[in-house]
Amino acid sequence: MDNLVIAGKSYTSRLLVGTGKYKDFNETRTAVETSGAEIITVAIRRTNIGQTAGQPNLLDVLPPSQYTLLPNTAGCYTVDDAVRTLRLARELLDGHSLVKLEVLGDPKTLFPNMVETLKAAEILIKEGFEVMVYTSDDPILAKQLEEIGCVAIMPLASLIGSGMGILNPWNLQIIIDNAKVPVIVDAGVGTASDATIAMELGCDGVLMNTAIAAAKNPVLMASAMRKAVESGREAFLAGRMAKKLYSASPSSPVDGVIARTSDDKKINQKSA
Amino acid sequence: MAQSLHDKIHLIFDCLSNQPKISIPALSSMIQLTINGQSQQFEAPINVTQLIDHLALHGKRFAIERNGEIVPRSQFSEQLLAHGDQLEVVVAVGGG
Repeated sequence: MDNLVIAGKSYTSRLLVGTGKYKDFNETRTAVETSGAEIITVAIRRTNIGQTAGQPNLLDVLPPSQYTLLPNTAGCYTVDDAVRTLRLARELLDGHSLVKLEVLGDPKTLFPNMVETLKAAEILIKEGFEVMVYTSDDPILAKQLEEIGCVAIMPLASLIGSGMGILNPWNLQIIIDNAKVPVIVDAGVGTASDATIAMELGCDGVLMNTAIAAAKNPVLMASAMRKAVESGREAFLAGRMAKKLYSASPSSPVDGVIARTSDDKKINQKSA
Repeated sequence: MAQSLHDKIHLIFDCLSNQPKISIPALSSMIQLTINGQSQQFEAPINVTQLIDHLALHGKRFAIERNGEIVPRSQFSEQLLAHGDQLEVVVAVGGG
């Protein structure tokens, strides 16, 4: 079976989805279900003191018993914030240690601060976390993150929430070629073809949030993304045909064509 | 012999100053806690379990950090909060 294996655990779906930016919990749940995702990201935030007594919590709608929750460090700009956030997340989820690390460098672009990311990853790995790390598409940094023990590398396709798709497939290819742990494109996917391209390059999975939540019809886009990731994966496994500028290789036989009315010698000459 | 008023006053002052000190018990022990950035007063002693009752968080999934350190669930009833404690109480929310 062509399953996605992360930190020793096997998953059928290679599509991972975020749970932010939806209209309400109902839409979140329907979109996540339609996507077929088994791994979903959540953020860790202060509870509203005194205001949430009767209201349902996200985890009531997407329970840890049904999904693999991946707490993230969205909004963290320092090693300290990221580490504290994930310690809280692990406590909140009864010791669950699979986490997504992101340390941001700039609130405008949300580009990751790779120096802080490396430091935070090291600390978290020492504390026993299984770190899936959000990274720039620098192949050297990606490999370093893997070498210090991250269980998955998650390079950006383009900026978070930008929907720009894969801006540098070449770097992504290098990262994939060098990696011994799963490579999961995270950030910047905008539509189905972006996800398919990622999978065709050889990515092990794709993580997206805005692409689905900000679509005009999020549930329909979730369905499209599910198929996009599946078809991209099959195309990759099938081994695509070579690209050539031209090859004079028609799909139909050359012989047995009825008498041509053309005098053009080039067309009438039989193939070698 | 009749004491002068002056002497009587001195006598009263001497008596008073030799009285053993009587301490008036505190009316209440109020402590100040900062929870999620908001300052609130609570009557001491208060442990973490009681704080959670007050915040109506029972049955929900949350985690607590006290002065930068995680408070494990097993210690909720044992840890007494102190004046000036900074607490972060977090839950999981939607995010990418």
